[in-house]
Amino acid sequence: MARAIVNVPASARRGEIIEIKALVAHDMETGFRRTQLGALIPRNIITDFVCTYNGAEIFRAEFYPAIAANPYLAFTTRVTESGTIACTWTGDNGYSLTESAAITVA
Amino acid sequence: MKPKSTRTSTGISSRREFLLAAGGVAAGFALAPAAPAQTGSGPGRSSPPTQASAAARLEAIHKVVGTAPINKGKVTLDLPALVENGNGVPLAVSVDSPMTDAEYVKAIHVFSEKNPLPNVVSFHLGPRAGRASVATRVRLADTQTVVAICELSDGSFWSGSVDVVVTLAACTEEL
Amino acid sequence: MIRGFTVLRSSGIALLLAAAAISASTAGIAPLGVDKTPRRSGYDFMGRETRAMQDDDAANPGMLWVLDGEALWSRKAGAAGRSCFDCHGDARSSMKGVAARYPAFDAARARPVNLEQRINICRSEQQNAPPLAYESKDLLALTAYVGRQSRGLPIAIAIDERTLPFLDAGRETFNRRQGQLNLSCAQCHDGNWGKRLAGNVIPQAHPTGYPLYRLEWQGVGSLQRRLRNCLVGTRTQAYDFGATELVDLELFLMWRARGMKIETPAVRP
Repeated sequence: MARAIVNVPASARRGEIIEIKALVAHDMETGFRRTQLGALIPRNIITDFVCTYNGAEIFRAEFYPAIAANPYLAFTTRVTESGTIACTWTGDNGYSLTESAAITVA
Repeated sequence: MKPKSTRTSTGISSRREFLLAAGGVAAGFALAPAAPAQTGSGPGRSSPPTQASAAARLEAIHKVVGTAPINKGKVTLDLPALVENGNGVPLAVSVDSPMTDAEYVKAIHVFSEKNPLPNVVSFHLGPRAGRASVATRVRLADTQTVVAICELSDGSFWSGSVDVVVTLAACTEEL
Repeated sequence: MIRGFTVLRSSGIALLLAAAAISASTAGIAPLGVDKTPRRSGYDFMGRETRAMQDDDAANPGMLWVLDGEALWSRKAGAAGRSCFDCHGDARSSMKGVAARYPAFDAARARPVNLEQRINICRSEQQNAPPLAYESKDLLALTAYVGRQSRGLPIAIAIDERTLPFLDAGRETFNRRQGQLNLSCAQCHDGNWGKRLAGNVIPQAHPTGYPLYRLEWQGVGSLQRRLRNCLVGTRTQAYDFGATELVDLELFLMWRARGMKIETPAVRP
């Protein structure tokens, strides 16, 4: 089942600045909501996001409950060489997911 | 229903604390918690969480900034002026920086004035970013000021803020 | 089967007359299309940023459901061990235009069914699999995936003597005052669209993008969920999912939106 979408241009020129878009399916339960009977729904969020480009970290983010459900990020990086851009989300209750995209550099 | 006023029940002082801290002058004294804010949708609107106290907000900012002064400028926060739904608010932040190996943005931290927690998100960049420009979607509990503070490679801190009006959805889904 | 209980309802041409007659009962509200009021999608009433969310497949959270649906399309199910793909092949070609013409008449049931019901009919009759629950993740994913294949195509609801009585029933529901607030759909969506209700702009209520990602739901939901949401909001007893009243209303709303482009998966506040 699709859990995340990582969007990078399929090809780019060396030195070009490209935009990476990362979308992940997650409720991001804040820990502040209550059931109709008044019970507190426990927090369950993604807390960290890391993006690597051929293994080297190029971007990192810390999420708090204020990040909307199905978190979305768009950020940039300068293109170096062909390879893999990998996005990893980790969070509460041992949550961990990695989704990658390939980039070909002229 | 009119959009909620930006005043808290304790008056403007707790809000001013938050803005002053973001603008570079740390107040240093704690204030009473402000009035409860409405949250977004879903089950459980019946008991909305209180907003984070002014002290908590100051502490959150000082945690990333330490005792360094926060300068106003360089940071642009882009949010809709009238938020259609507080559950999913597109937020874009950019910093005026050449993003070279010598001069770049290390981090951007976003804070909320009226949410139950002051921290919204923190981004860690570096010279490889090419541009200091990040977009995401956030939750905003009420009409408020959103503040972004960035840390540059030379250790200086800069901030920008924007006021947004947040309204609730017209019709409840709950029975 | 044509019902002859009023002369006005007995022919296709009289649909316009019927609409005009309805407008008399809802005190001066002109139904869209009759007085040539331009029809506008809910997309037009959204802010710039929300529209951008819908337009970019890489940012549209509804696409997560579409991708799930794509995976489900090829998954074998039920005692028959068949997937949707086994009968329908590549959805990109076989499902093109399908969502744009639902609800559609089902001969065996002698009434229109919506896309969710059609999928469940397939599951039980062709796959020997249990039906998917309304608003379940799987059913939303499949309808989002099938709907996506009609994106950009005009809504094309076929009205003939078989479907006309159900269209009439749907129109009657749309125009009928209901619930504690004694409001009809027409009063807001024909008579007061473009004005604000609380913080939101009232749209014309064209279901061009269902199932859609609603920021209020923080997830994808069906047209029936939205209709029930509206009914609850006007303090009306909401019809159950799958109720004939809701399917007839869906048929009317899609017919009322005929010619408008499908936007699935749309994003709405």
